[in-house]
Amino acid sequence: MQIQGRAMAGTLESNDVMVTVSPAQALEVQVTSIVLGQFGEELKRVALDTAAQLGVQGALIELDDRGAVECTVRARVETALTRAKEAKS
Amino acid sequence: MRRSMMFVPGNNPGMLLNADVYGADSLILDLEDAVAPGEKDAARVLVRNALRAFDYGSAEVIIRINPLGTPYIEDDIRAVVPLKPALIMPTKVAGAEDIHAVSAMIRAAERENGLPEGSVGLIPLLETALGIENAYQIATADPRVKAIFLGAEDLSSDLQAIRSKENHEILYARGRVVMAARAAGVDCYDTPFTDVNDDEGLAQDAAFARAIGFTGKAVISPRHVPAVNEAFSPSDKDIAYAREVMAVIEEGERMGRGAVSLRGKMIDKPIVDRARRVLEAAEALGLGGYEHE
Amino acid sequence: MNKLIGGLKQAMDACKLRDGMTLSFHHHLRNGDQVLNQVLAQAAALGVKGLTIQASSLFDVHAPLIDHIKSGVVTGIETNYMSGGIGRAISEGVLAQPVRFRSHGGRPDAIDTGRVHIDIAFVAAPAADARGNANGVAGPAACGSLGYAMSDARHAERVVIVTDHLEPYPLMPASIGEEDVDYVVQVDSIGDPKGIVSGTTRITRDPVGLTIARYAAQVIEHSGLLKPGFSFQTGAGGASLAVTQYLKPIMKRLGVTGSFGLGGITGYLVDMLEEGYFESLLDVQCFDLRAVQSIRDNPRHQEVSATRYASPSAKSAAVNSLDVVVLGATEIDTGFNVNVHTDSNGVIMGGSGGHSDTAAGAKLSMIVAPLFRARLPIVVDKVLCVTTPGDTVDVLVTQRGVAVNPARPELRDSLKQGGLPVFDIEELKNMAERVTGKPALVRPQGRVVAEVEYRDQRIIDSIHSITG
Repeated sequence: MQIQGRAMAGTLESNDVMVTVSPAQALEVQVTSIVLGQFGEELKRVALDTAAQLGVQGALIELDDRGAVECTVRARVETALTRAKEAKS
Repeated sequence: MRRSMMFVPGNNPGMLLNADVYGADSLILDLEDAVAPGEKDAARVLVRNALRAFDYGSAEVIIRINPLGTPYIEDDIRAVVPLKPALIMPTKVAGAEDIHAVSAMIRAAERENGLPEGSVGLIPLLETALGIENAYQIATADPRVKAIFLGAEDLSSDLQAIRSKENHEILYARGRVVMAARAAGVDCYDTPFTDVNDDEGLAQDAAFARAIGFTGKAVISPRHVPAVNEAFSPSDKDIAYAREVMAVIEEGERMGRGAVSLRGKMIDKPIVDRARRVLEAAEALGLGGYEHE
Repeated sequence: MNKLIGGLKQAMDACKLRDGMTLSFHHHLRNGDQVLNQVLAQAAALGVKGLTIQASSLFDVHAPLIDHIKSGVVTGIETNYMSGGIGRAISEGVLAQPVRFRSHGGRPDAIDTGRVHIDIAFVAAPAADARGNANGVAGPAACGSLGYAMSDARHAERVVIVTDHLEPYPLMPASIGEEDVDYVVQVDSIGDPKGIVSGTTRITRDPVGLTIARYAAQVIEHSGLLKPGFSFQTGAGGASLAVTQYLKPIMKRLGVTGSFGLGGITGYLVDMLEEGYFESLLDVQCFDLRAVQSIRDNPRHQEVSATRYASPSAKSAAVNSLDVVVLGATEIDTGFNVNVHTDSNGVIMGGSGGHSDTAAGAKLSMIVAPLFRARLPIVVDKVLCVTTPGDTVDVLVTQRGVAVNPARPELRDSLKQGGLPVFDIEELKNMAERVTGKPALVRPQGRVVAEVEYRDQRIIDSIHSITG
């Protein structure tokens, strides 16, 4: 499914990630992170995987990361995508 | 042992990450007051993920949910039950019928998730005048209820009293909650101390709560955990005395004596029961020579 | 003879400042220092080039140094510590010649033995007289101990005292003596008091930091060193300082009176002196106002030179009489090597300071750190830069447990018996990675921009540029 709405989840606090989701044709992830060198690729992989698990095929997912661990990233991406789905319905 | 229960805001990844480091016996993952209305959905998902990813070791997990009458409680219960917390903490509980309503929702969720019925316990938060008045009915409303917990901040507002350092305004409520809990055969927990910087006040408050019969006490700050644990742990003196009591009892039994005394004081059943509880607690905590491997 | 000279320009003329000279500075004015910038600005105005700066430490206030590098005024830097503002520029390659990092003990050693030659030492002095006697305890920019200036004053070709507070001759006490001083220059201000010493240093309020500090105090208790005559040093930040608060009740319970506290002195150590936990304080640097007042007023709180503090070529040095030191780390590897020179991306933002000296000297060296910071585990396979070699590091203390260097099995046993959660360092690494995931390796690949000279004069590591 394509994301039609726009939504955010998470905060800029330490150990959290602010996720912004907006409509797009394909699935794309853009990452800004305080640990970009160490976890940039990993953050991208986790965001894509979370979106895939929710059946989302088209969305722009932007991460502004302050050192969130995997379960936090998944939680924030899932919440943002769910909010985006509800935003349009 | 549940000497200390530490509140952990459910929407705060940093706190969820380190929650078990501070030595609290129980963690209260909070979906209610610590989470803004617009973030209830985010907190549910974060707490769910945290419980699956983090091993909180020996700390017991309690989840505080939103009250009946809010749009959140159904989603809370549906999200929380599959996580198998030790206890769920319903809030603003006013009477036995609230417990029945929450218990029914939990039962449905247990069935949906293939969990044995009654596997999730309850520790209702009593924070209104009606809740305190109905404390015994609440404590006995359902076998799920394992403990009751006093919340003084909301209560003092409901009482139209002025919240004070001396805690006079909640004195009756504290006694009432302890009475109802013991009459019902469940545990009882005292409201948290709210001044994060007053170490002496905290120690006094915790000692008072222990003295009037609370099983343990909630804390809002990790820095309060050691003092509360200490207040609710048997001291070396307590343990030594308890051992003396048990020794005198055993000797009395061997000698066939019906009544025994220790240092001039009659040792009757309540004293023996207390001594036994102290030694059980000491063993559970690895204190006073019961050091764990 | 008149040593009092009109200004920095005249002092430079009198000292015959030339291209290629080495100028030295101490860092007792910390991030409030104005002298280094004033001196370089004047040198630049005179058209001097190719200078080497021999500074005990550099702070963000010294950012103009970067422009002086770009313009060729400064072509060499030798220091014991460099904060992130300048560090980043060095890591980006602004300086052609690698920075030479030493330690607070290694620097005076090099100066005392002549390996390092200083042409002109510009000694910022909060108080001085017209003959050059100087101290750090009087004047508006009072900073306390002048320990890091003493070797410079003793051995530099020319010594220029720079002060904003002249007192009648003879100034007492005199940390720097007139017998070593060539000229005295009075300026409007040598530094901003707010940047020199913090009003008060504060221990951490972060519950993770306090948990670490509590474990650290327990490690000390079970180390066998906490007996009468105990000596102790701790860093000035984070969990390190909080250790003092957990140590005091243990010392009280055991009835232990310590002999001396060493450092890097803050108000917390002054408290311990005044409350009778220690007999004396040996002070190479004051971090806050209470420490400055105490060194001035309390005869049991004494200034020591950097040489006496930690020089490996001194006939003896205080760090070698030290029982316990509590230190921090950016990273520590499974061989217990510690990095405090760079951040986790290899960008310079520190330096040994006294880290490698105290670790080498103390009977028990402890590193206190959270198991991970942001998402980065504190324990890595191999540190990006070796500041302090692992054979001088005994214990790592985190909020989830402690690891003991395998070379100290008896210490490990004592701590286990004391009820502390003891793990192998690899286990702590795994514990962290289970939460954070395994970080991808980030290691700068550019040319060498800094070399780390250990206190035994070996170059034990080099730092690479993050650009080409």
